[in-house]
Amino acid sequence: MAKRDGNIPDPDLKRTEEPSELLRELVAHLRQNRTQLREEWVVRISETRLLTAMTKEEIFAEATSVYDSYVEALETEAFEALQAYARNLSERIIPRGVETHEVVGIVLLLRDVLARSLFAKYQTDFKKLNRILDAYEPAANRIANTVAVGFVQERERVIRQQQEAIRELSTPVLQVRERLLILPIIGVIDPQRARQLTEQLLRGIRTNRAKVVVIDITGVAAMDVTVANHLVQTVEASRLLGATVIVTGLSPEIAQTLVTIGVDLGKMNTVGDLQGGIEQAERLLGYKVASITEPN
Amino acid sequence: MEVPILKQGAFLIATFQAALSDADLNQLRMGLVQQVVKFRSRAVIVDVTAMDVMDSFASRTLREIAHMIRLRGAETVIVGIQPEVAFAMVQLGLTLEGVATALDLEEGLAYLNEKFKMTK
Repeated sequence: MAKRDGNIPDPDLKRTEEPSELLRELVAHLRQNRTQLREEWVVRISETRLLTAMTKEEIFAEATSVYDSYVEALETEAFEALQAYARNLSERIIPRGVETHEVVGIVLLLRDVLARSLFAKYQTDFKKLNRILDAYEPAANRIANTVAVGFVQERERVIRQQQEAIRELSTPVLQVRERLLILPIIGVIDPQRARQLTEQLLRGIRTNRAKVVVIDITGVAAMDVTVANHLVQTVEASRLLGATVIVTGLSPEIAQTLVTIGVDLGKMNTVGDLQGGIEQAERLLGYKVASITEPN
Repeated sequence: MEVPILKQGAFLIATFQAALSDADLNQLRMGLVQQVVKFRSRAVIVDVTAMDVMDSFASRTLREIAHMIRLRGAETVIVGIQPEVAFAMVQLGLTLEGVATALDLEEGLAYLNEKFKMTK
């Protein structure tokens, strides 16, 4: 055993491992102790009350797959594959109600559990521990980052998809007679939706050559002043395309809003309910509805 | 820029071009009314299908044209306002109030025929 003084070189320095060698060593350790470390991690997860939306069996199954992917990412440094895995995982667990902080939390817990096992293994060799951590930490942090980003990206994708579906569902422009369109509006109208409604309606007027439009807002509980103004603008813009608008189904709250903003009610053609609105529209278009009587 | 004005029976049809300057619009105002007088027209259809933008001056001019023509006892119908243009106009508060509008030339003629109960 060489003495360590100024002249004799540190034996440790002669045999410095490559970072990749160190990574392989620690990956091997993590694989060897897989069962025990994974168990420890699952215990930590329930201690910190994460993933409460999932059953024990589900957590175990997901933990196994996450652990293996984690170790594989450490080994291969294939972070795109990891991000794809994270998005995939997110697609499964987001509908279960798992939140961002839970996903980030469990990845960080795993990082800690694995780090502690490294401390335990290399506790007698401080220098080596440092080199091992030099290899481990950047990779572990990158993994945590990648998984979090993947999760958030998936969430954003789901939100965009839902918004699109809502928009499509909620603004049908329906032709019920020649030259007569109905636009039934349901739910909350924000300025963006109001704008989209107007554009869709104007296009519909032109395509269907509509002369009368019945906009039914029975399904709209309330609208603020901005949206009420949008409605007025929609009526005015429709007129510029030669179509008359009848608004039906105004709730008392909305009637109040319109009066408050001083809407010129002479400009707004309103009828109580949809049935009344369609009947008036038919009169405007020169239709008459007669019942079919049986010949005697 | 010359705006073509065609005679269709008792009506005049003026087709506005895409880029009309303020000077063009001013000329049109006088020109159209003179034509109404000359032909003793009962109505004028102003077709703005080709206009992809309508500013406040153009909008005001259209209203003035309609008012002047009404003083001659004739009707004005603006046709062919594009959806995007209509949207932009109402946001600027340009509603062409008091002026009749229709979707296109066909609708404009139908409106006038209905109004005057004429047979072609």
